[in-house]
Amino acid sequence: MPNNSADKLLRVLREPALLATLSLADWDLVVRQARRSDLLARLWVLMKREVTDLVSTAAPHQHLLSAYQVSQKQARVVRYEVQRIDRALREINQPVILLKGAAYVVAQLPPAEGRVFSDIDILVPKAKIDAVEQVMNKHGWETTHLDEYDQRYYRTWMHELPPMSHIRRKSNIDVHHAILPETARLKPSSEKLLAAIQLIPGCDNVYTLSDVDMVLHSATHLFSDGELEHGLRDLVDLDSLLRHFSSKQEFWERLVERATELGLVRPLYYAFTYCRSMLLTPVPEMAYKAVLSLSDFSPVTRRAMGFLLDRALLPDHESCRDGFTSIARWLLYIRSHYLRMPLYLLIPHLIRKAIKNRKSSAPLNGQELEKS
Amino acid sequence: MKVSDLSPEELNKRLAGLGLVLHIGPFVVLIQSSIDSIFRGISRLYASYPVATDDVFVDFRLAFSPSVGVRRFFRPQVHFSFDGLQPFVPLPLNHAFPMFEWALNWCIAKHAHQYLIIHAAVIERDGFAVILPGEPGAGKSTLCSVLVNRGWRLLTDELAMISVADGSLAPIPRPVSLKNESIDIVRRYAPDAVFGDVFLDTKKGTVAHMRASEDSVRRVNEHAQPAWVIMPRYTRGSDSFLQPGSKAQFSLLIANNSFNYNILDEQGFTMLTDLVQRCDCYDFCYSDLESAVQVFDSLRPPVTNAE
Repeated sequence: MPNNSADKLLRVLREPALLATLSLADWDLVVRQARRSDLLARLWVLMKREVTDLVSTAAPHQHLLSAYQVSQKQARVVRYEVQRIDRALREINQPVILLKGAAYVVAQLPPAEGRVFSDIDILVPKAKIDAVEQVMNKHGWETTHLDEYDQRYYRTWMHELPPMSHIRRKSNIDVHHAILPETARLKPSSEKLLAAIQLIPGCDNVYTLSDVDMVLHSATHLFSDGELEHGLRDLVDLDSLLRHFSSKQEFWERLVERATELGLVRPLYYAFTYCRSMLLTPVPEMAYKAVLSLSDFSPVTRRAMGFLLDRALLPDHESCRDGFTSIARWLLYIRSHYLRMPLYLLIPHLIRKAIKNRKSSAPLNGQELEKS
Repeated sequence: MKVSDLSPEELNKRLAGLGLVLHIGPFVVLIQSSIDSIFRGISRLYASYPVATDDVFVDFRLAFSPSVGVRRFFRPQVHFSFDGLQPFVPLPLNHAFPMFEWALNWCIAKHAHQYLIIHAAVIERDGFAVILPGEPGAGKSTLCSVLVNRGWRLLTDELAMISVADGSLAPIPRPVSLKNESIDIVRRYAPDAVFGDVFLDTKKGTVAHMRASEDSVRRVNEHAQPAWVIMPRYTRGSDSFLQPGSKAQFSLLIANNSFNYNILDEQGFTMLTDLVQRCDCYDFCYSDLESAVQVFDSLRPPVTNAE
């Protein structure tokens, strides 16, 4: 660990009962770290669950509760939007297959509690992508990023349509046809994922991936993605999924088998390693050893990735940085692109992105507070 | 200990160093900046605000820093950061103090959902409060500034905070921001009022801030009961009169002027309807401020229904 105070949020996540014993100085750090990691609302959930004699008028608690109220509102919006997506996709007999956050909310899985949501991600078969885009357009969603290069980037090289936004409600949807880009080094089969989808109880057209596929998707997304500022939140999702599913029949065996089948052993190895070390997830020793030997790492790669991930997965707050954190994040960002695209595509892409970022739109004009 | 008890050197040292921690309304706010206009604004307009002791939990940390490097010499800017993030577009360096005021509004409106927060001024007398929702150009701030110099207590000029716990209005007295002609108008009606610096060419035009009275700052913990919702409508040449408004329309009006109504969901709706039920709701047409003051003086609290 880079330094002592980076520990605070992690210790509380591992042992929520500690929330009852924090000093004001501790609270100060925990709230700020949690806010930057999008985990403030989650702390409220943990606190309510684990601290029985709660005095909820204390100032720090207010911040947790406010964050929780915002996350509740976002969950309501997600549920509503999923209904609208269902209405659209039914017209072409396409099931709504939810990924990540939206899946957790609608299927009422533990990671949903206190989670922050923004976009909704769905999976559709590649063959139906055009039909899906058309019917979504009909129902008011249009693709953003209309620049020709960006369109090509998403459609040809990545694994999704450009992000779609609803013209009136401004809700955002990402329509994927695979969980990793076409150009990526790892190629988990979308057909296999689609063959294993599970209907959400109480719904007739809304599905999630199977339990093991959900875990693998989350792990792959986290450990291939370049933007690890929210890495800790994704790790909390993973920990929550693993704990929830671990009571199911032969879950761990199926998980390792499926990882092998889909070629996703390496992300699963990282998931196990970091869930265990940072959040004390009870991963059975057998499962861990299996993934370790199957993942076929050189010790050098393992050490290097360890160095980078140890830093990058901490909260993105000044109290959790050391001299190497920025470089670690930058290297992982480059790595994520390297994993997504071969070099001859990557270099022009990065150059173009750097130029565009200089012209990109700025955040709020603070003088105009948005009203609800 | 108040801000005015600190020597200018000590005040500057805290501001430019680890930060000055103040009690502002129900919040504890840490302000960190080496910029001069912020030092001047705080020392003049926040003179009577209590400085927090060391062992307190800080609700909001706001930092304002000038541009670095070459930018320093060429149209320098001020950057606002909140916990390491920069949620705002940078502004010209000499607008740092107004930016602080806008930034604090943002922090509260975005994060304090223990209140239903409405864009409105609130003034109080004898325990009962008037909520004045703020359509731009309607004269809410001007009217508010004059009234608080004629016997009404200022609770807020921007953020009406209705406590979710009990429906009362929580005071957050702060400098009243005035624009363009209002600045001179208020100076005329309230010659004893203290003003901070005047800022030209902001996105809202010329801006200045009137200091909140010591009395309003001292009584920061005295909540008020909402009794009237009055929508000011400045109309050139008009007489001053109150016109009873439709409660249904006022519900919509308040919802549209609220920052976090949609986050509070069903509870927000209940609070809103309760508020409109128990308050007398009026549209207020006026042009002359003296007769406006008289109309407000003649307000009587609504008769509360026994059920």
